[in-house]
Amino acid sequence: MKKVLSGNEAIARGVYENGVKYASAYPGTPSTEILENFARYDGVYAEWAPNEKVAIESAVGASMTGARVLATMKHVGLNVAADPFMTLAYTGVFGGFVLICADDPGMHSSQNEQDNRIYGRFAQVPMFEPSDSQECLDMVAEAYDVSENYDTPSMIRMTTRISHSKGIVKINEEPPPVREVPGFKKDKKKNVMIPAYARLRHPLVLKRVKELKEYAERTRFNKVEKGDKAVGIITSGISYHYVKEVMPDASILKLGLTYPLPEKMIREFADSVDRLFVVEELEPYLEDQILAMGIKVEGKKYFSILDELSQDLVAQGFKEAGVYDKDIPQPIPQPEGTDMPRPPLMCAGCTHRGLFAAINKLKGIVHSDIGCYTLSVLPPLESIDTTLCMGASISMAHGTAKAMEVLNVEDQRPVFATIGDSTFFHSGITSLLDITYNKSNVNICIMDNRTTAMTGAQHNPGTGKTLQLEDTIAVDIEQLVRSLGVERVREVDPFDLKGTIEILKEEAAFNGPSVILTKKPCVQLLKGVPHDLYSVDVDKCIGCEMCQKLGCPAISQGDVIPSPNTKKIKRHSVIDATLCTGCSLCEQVCKPGAIHVVKQ
Amino acid sequence: MENSVKNIIIVGTGGQGVILASEILADVALESGYDTKKSEIHGMAQRGGVVSSHVRYGKTVASPLISKKTADILLSFELAEAARWIPFIKEEGRVVTSTQKIVPPIVSTGLASYPDHAEEVLKEHSQNPIIVDALSIASGLGNPRLVNTILLGIISNLLDLPGESWKKIVSERVPPKFKELNMQAFAKGQELSA
Repeated sequence: MKKVLSGNEAIARGVYENGVKYASAYPGTPSTEILENFARYDGVYAEWAPNEKVAIESAVGASMTGARVLATMKHVGLNVAADPFMTLAYTGVFGGFVLICADDPGMHSSQNEQDNRIYGRFAQVPMFEPSDSQECLDMVAEAYDVSENYDTPSMIRMTTRISHSKGIVKINEEPPPVREVPGFKKDKKKNVMIPAYARLRHPLVLKRVKELKEYAERTRFNKVEKGDKAVGIITSGISYHYVKEVMPDASILKLGLTYPLPEKMIREFADSVDRLFVVEELEPYLEDQILAMGIKVEGKKYFSILDELSQDLVAQGFKEAGVYDKDIPQPIPQPEGTDMPRPPLMCAGCTHRGLFAAINKLKGIVHSDIGCYTLSVLPPLESIDTTLCMGASISMAHGTAKAMEVLNVEDQRPVFATIGDSTFFHSGITSLLDITYNKSNVNICIMDNRTTAMTGAQHNPGTGKTLQLEDTIAVDIEQLVRSLGVERVREVDPFDLKGTIEILKEEAAFNGPSVILTKKPCVQLLKGVPHDLYSVDVDKCIGCEMCQKLGCPAISQGDVIPSPNTKKIKRHSVIDATLCTGCSLCEQVCKPGAIHVVKQ
Repeated sequence: MENSVKNIIIVGTGGQGVILASEILADVALESGYDTKKSEIHGMAQRGGVVSSHVRYGKTVASPLISKKTADILLSFELAEAARWIPFIKEEGRVVTSTQKIVPPIVSTGLASYPDHAEEVLKEHSQNPIIVDALSIASGLGNPRLVNTILLGIISNLLDLPGESWKKIVSERVPPKFKELNMQAFAKGQELSA
């Protein structure tokens, strides 16, 4: 049967079809839907781990029972999980282990555009790069076989364009094979990485790479498509399809396995063409290795390290190289005035808005984190000063506060950390220990909106449900932070602006760590729940725009307020009743009292 | 070969139904025996931002992306978005847009202005754009959510996909109790581009 599937859906399907029953992941765009889809298949176990390191370790433990396992994450997640991943490459596996890692060239939803193919080479594990949804499904099968045959974790490197593009996939409707799971087998020299045993494993890694190099020469996923000898192109992933679109007559070496590389195949291909190019997104990963083989090749000279590629950019690159002679259609320039920005905003009724509106009153230093609340950096709120990586707000706030204290920096501003519930569970807990253990003066705002909102509302250890919707514990954040040594914990209602400002002021005045906790559910979880609506009394509105400074998508400018002063035109505010969720923040900031509740 | 691939770019803002429309179109192409690919970006853009989906179908489709100036159809759920994406339309391509205006909050801060000349831009840069008040028509039929099906009805007349495939996929993709209403909306769309 044929279906139109995204790369992520095809991976999930492939994993299921290959008898995998155990999967662990932390959500992260563009990888999230892999586990969400896999979790829906019959007879499988799938979990959200608190972070990516835990996800890999959970899968490793499961693999030790002989089960086939899956771990998925976004590219920066592997930074968190690099510790177990690098040594897993030494221990190898028992049941097949596949890591799916989704890069984000162009940074559609990420803080950097690192190229995780470098991790494949770094850990020296077999790495596959699918070019479309069908290959996602096919490579999963191969990745498990390779993992078991060579006693190694396999890695599949996706990119946003592969994860989120859809294509036709042939799916197998037969029930998946039943795989025997023999159970945990003790093997200390393989699985206990003390130096003495790790020294025995490292040579095996090198031996395995040698064998995998031979495999790379014969796998069906590395293949030459013979064409015009004048131009030869080595490519992988989505770039392959851009090349096919632009240079359909060229000779192509398509690499589906990009670690280790098939050196013999590359040499023969290079010898068979007049001019050799590499087309790849991000880093010159293939190009550098091919150059190191002593082969003349051109690549990043014409195809940028920055951003995603596209067939347009590939055509442009080959034109500059002098091997593409077709006209590139010149699109009309963007018509004047049609490039109105639509910056992403926190939702109408977002539980974070009130806290940031309150924090703005304190004129402090605000470290922040990864989540919807990162959007508070944009106008009109412009609340936060930093965002680095998951969990960093708390440790960076500690560093700022501690440095100001011990180095006698003349600065009286209070220091805040702002972090969501899921990010706190992910890697904020250890950071908080730095604050309590090393005694710094930081106000830690934990904004518990009862979900992992940014990636589309996934459950986490605080929500009381698992990925597969079983009931479970809901971690009490107050108890947790108290046990980590925080003595002052204040709960605030972020929709009570005055009360929130008061408590923030009190905690800013206190010398020592305090946690300010919000506990309102994300507005996206409340769809369909009846609520109040607010509206603007145009006779009372003076056009001061205080409500608009909240950055609420439901509030916009209406008609001009009649006034004899023609120099300063003021417009009254309008609240869109279809967007208003009744949070009341606008009423609280409206000094003339022009905003009123309309009971529903 | 290059010319046998049809390119349809579907645009709007978060939550309007752009992704669903593109999924239906890709399924209709598959049902009609074509190779098809589609691509869009999920994530931050959906918090009130611009949403665009590229759909391609033909004998074989390589890239999931549509190049500028090669779209056969630009289908927009929002007027300013139609104007924004005009560089994607090819010379003989058709623009289909709903007249609905979704004004972002940034306009009220004075940092940007809504392109009130959007219709003129479409008329200047494309042939016979189909500009319809799909929201009013949908409301007239009894449900504003029918905009999606009306717009698909319009573009179905501009594409070479069999009517049977459209009927089958649209009826599979909508809730059973709204099936009849959606069929009416689809027919209404077809009338609008007849």
